Amino acid sequence: MKIHEYQAKEILRKFGVVTPRGIPCFSVEEAVAAGKTLGGHVAVVKAQIHAGGRGKGGGVKVAKSPAELETYAKQIFGMQLVTHQTGPAGQKVRRLLIEEGADIKKELYVGMVVDRGTQRVALMASSEGGMDIEEVAAHTPEKIHTIFIDPTKGLLDAEADDVALKIGVPQALVPQARTLLQGLYRAFDETDASLAEINPMVVTGDGRVVALDAKMNFDSNALYRHPEITALRDLDEEDPNEVEASKYDLSYISLDGNIGCLVNGAGLAMATMDIVKLYGGSPANFLDVGGGATTEKVTEAFKLMLKNPGLKAILVNIFGGIMKCDVIAAGVVAAAREVKLAVPLVVRLEGTNVELGKKILAESGLPIISAVNMADAAAKVVEAARG
Amino acid sequence: MSILINKNTKVITQGITGKTGMFHTKMCKEYAFGAQCFVAGVTPKKGGQNYEGIPIYDSVKEARAQTGATVSVIYVPPPFAAAAIDEAVEAGIELVICITEGIPVRDMIRTRYKMQGSKTQLIGPNCPGLITPDEIKIGIMPGHIHKKGPIGVVSRSGTLTYEAVGQLRELGLGQSSCVGIGGDPVNGMKHIDVMRLFNDDPETEAVIMVGEIGGGDEEICARWIKDNMKKPVIGFIAGVTAPPGKRMGHAGAIISGGKGTAQEKLAVMEECGIKVTKNPAEMGKTLKSVL
Repeated sequence: MKIHEYQAKEILRKFGVVTPRGIPCFSVEEAVAAGKTLGGHVAVVKAQIHAGGRGKGGGVKVAKSPAELETYAKQIFGMQLVTHQTGPAGQKVRRLLIEEGADIKKELYVGMVVDRGTQRVALMASSEGGMDIEEVAAHTPEKIHTIFIDPTKGLLDAEADDVALKIGVPQALVPQARTLLQGLYRAFDETDASLAEINPMVVTGDGRVVALDAKMNFDSNALYRHPEITALRDLDEEDPNEVEASKYDLSYISLDGNIGCLVNGAGLAMATMDIVKLYGGSPANFLDVGGGATTEKVTEAFKLMLKNPGLKAILVNIFGGIMKCDVIAAGVVAAAREVKLAVPLVVRLEGTNVELGKKILAESGLPIISAVNMADAAAKVVEAARG
Repeated sequence: MSILINKNTKVITQGITGKTGMFHTKMCKEYAFGAQCFVAGVTPKKGGQNYEGIPIYDSVKEARAQTGATVSVIYVPPPFAAAAIDEAVEAGIELVICITEGIPVRDMIRTRYKMQGSKTQLIGPNCPGLITPDEIKIGIMPGHIHKKGPIGVVSRSGTLTYEAVGQLRELGLGQSSCVGIGGDPVNGMKHIDVMRLFNDDPETEAVIMVGEIGGGDEEICARWIKDNMKKPVIGFIAGVTAPPGKRMGHAGAIISGGKGTAQEKLAVMEECGIKVTKNPAEMGKTLKSVL
């Protein structure tokens, strides 16, 4: 789960990370008032959307007067902000963060993520702040310093100091950097984060180490024990179909093709998308109905796929293990009837109770195209989608 | 022979009185030699009861002492599953198979840390389990699609493993053992660990390796295969069409040095002499072509 920058900063402040003073705003009027409350000569108007690359997209502006602040707030609030992470349609800006300006002497990068290889949280730090870290990794990997953190000891003083010096924090400010890095790790650990990034972490002219930006993602498996994090979810930032899917415990991702795919199991769901593409079609979605699909879940899955006006055909590919084929077949028949299905439906069933499942489909009287295996299913659904 | 488990394996089911635990224990008990293999269940405070004639104990330690079981399978709900693994490790279980899906990564980091230096092997979590056909199945896979034979199967995905097995069956090819290592980022045995066992198993003649996007485990295994494997291996990677960034976090891509796309995994596997197919319907056919 993702949250906004201002929310991440609120969390980090609780763990001793220094950030600029700032006020989240939900209208231009609030932004103007926030500028007055902060005082000072310079304020930064920052669009709050979940995607990165906001600055390059025109979503971050430095205002040198109250009038400028109002102009920028009007410009950014409500704009359709396009960044390399939003896709061409962009994301509507519904929240702003008004922050005091900072006198930046140095921009650095620090980030944390779970490393699969060592099975520990990895701290990555670089002198190249403000840049896309993937670019740094691709072109100057020697500028990235990594520490794999011992889960029983946390980030040690010596480790934090060493990495701070390596990325160019002045000696006198190393204790401040240590506080920030250790706070970042404790925040990561205690909130079950999956990603925490401060890009840039800055050294200011008045000798402070400050988190100028902040990004945090969380492990969705752990949200049950963090109601305070779950409350930060902003549904406006998520694909409405994916939000709808999550209500029914369906794993759904929208894609830009025209063949709907309903599959059990994430691996098979990906493989089904792959084979549709291989046979010349284009998948409209990734959809894993999981192990315990009920008629209700299957019906909701159909409704979701049919929200796509460009949908030309649906492929149901089930290899029943936990999931019994007769249950899914009954669900498919009920769903097709309820939604008055008007696009061709190809169904491939295999596994537990497969004969029972095929019987239910055959006796339904619905124009279901039956497939004997995955290749047959892919060929048939691609043909059906071509009409 | 087979790898990891056979008809003489004695198994404890942790979480045997939950809905999932009950259902799958019954299915496993009914499969081949299951009745002699599934010797104990564990649910705290339910010691002394039994399920389907299988005695239930309060702790893994007690169940192990009473039955001599060396393997445990876990169906405990996610908030308690990592602790269940810890309990099995502390009780000296040799092989722990964790079926549970949805365990917080933070819990698994700590559990794996505690397992350092331990002799216990872990499969999963978030996996279908493993099967040695016509002998024993431990997990949630449909038993009837399998048959005994010379092909090893190792996979990160449950249903995609069944798909591979189903294709082998159509071609008349049985399996020595099939292992689902699970789809979680922090887990136990990797492709390479299972591949080593297949390499040493005289009954296994060839292996299907099924992977998916994310991480770099398939590449590590492929490089090991190039230098060590005495048997043909074929591969498939799911997710060639998966959109970037949807499953992998922003910083996740960098720590693995840009590894994680299906295309890159397939390229490394091919470089290492593994015959790969981009068609998930041709895993069986591809395997047959290398025999």
